[in-house]
Amino acid sequence: MNISNREYGELAKKRSPNSKMYKTLPKAFLIGGIICTIGEGLLNLYAYLGLNEEHAGALTSTTLIFLSALLTGFEIYDRIAQQAGAGSLVPITGFANAVVSPAIDFKSEGYVLGLGAKMFVIAGPVIVYGVSASVLYGIVYYIVGLFMK
Amino acid sequence: METFLEYAKAFVVGGALCVVGQLLIDLTKLTPARILVSYVVAGVLLGAVGVYQPLIDFAGGGATVPLTGFGNLLAKGVKEAVDKDGLIGALTGGLTSAAAGVTAAIVAGLLAGLIFKSGSKINEK
Repeated sequence: MNISNREYGELAKKRSPNSKMYKTLPKAFLIGGIICTIGEGLLNLYAYLGLNEEHAGALTSTTLIFLSALLTGFEIYDRIAQQAGAGSLVPITGFANAVVSPAIDFKSEGYVLGLGAKMFVIAGPVIVYGVSASVLYGIVYYIVGLFMK
Repeated sequence: METFLEYAKAFVVGGALCVVGQLLIDLTKLTPARILVSYVVAGVLLGAVGVYQPLIDFAGGGATVPLTGFGNLLAKGVKEAVDKDGLIGALTGGLTSAAAGVTAAIVAGLLAGLIFKSGSKINEK
């Protein structure tokens, strides 16, 4: 075949995402769905044990976070993530993995500026922007409330 | 049958939220960190306009386990705190409702960091 580099680049660009997404999307759906189904099971278990909705939710998150930490420690979660992509990133287990993984990897740089600081490399921005967005919402909600009374 | 349907809804909605994330990765090359930030902020927004709670009522864990559920929790906490305490609630509500998740992640990170060593992962990268 006689095609220029530029044409080849365009062809490759056109082909590669499709052929990849054919695999990545179902995997993300399947593994993300499984993790959420486990969460639903835990919610039901804790509700069955007599916890109210709020506490059952908090304990479910906590359980998933510690499971993810364990799987991350044994280097199983990263192997799942290679297949699952966003399927193991978007659930709260992915957030836990983003905390635990650098905590383990950067321990060699010390317990304060290594482990202690680097665990927030991804969790930090998530908390910064999440909390700030919620504060903004709170202010807007308060002001709107003043006019609605 | 009812139980099956409940888990099926959690599976489908949770899976769909992950597919959206995968589409963002494949089409926009957004980094995982940016996706997590986007999901939390999106969750705050969806919670603020009141569309996320109906999704939780429908899908349970399918809506609370993805990080948008974490964002919704922040918004929900702020709303309840402002209702109860006024403007100061905008500062106190978010982290109060999200306290369990954030604290669990920090403690899990510390414990795992103390217990585990980073091993073969470096070679794989």
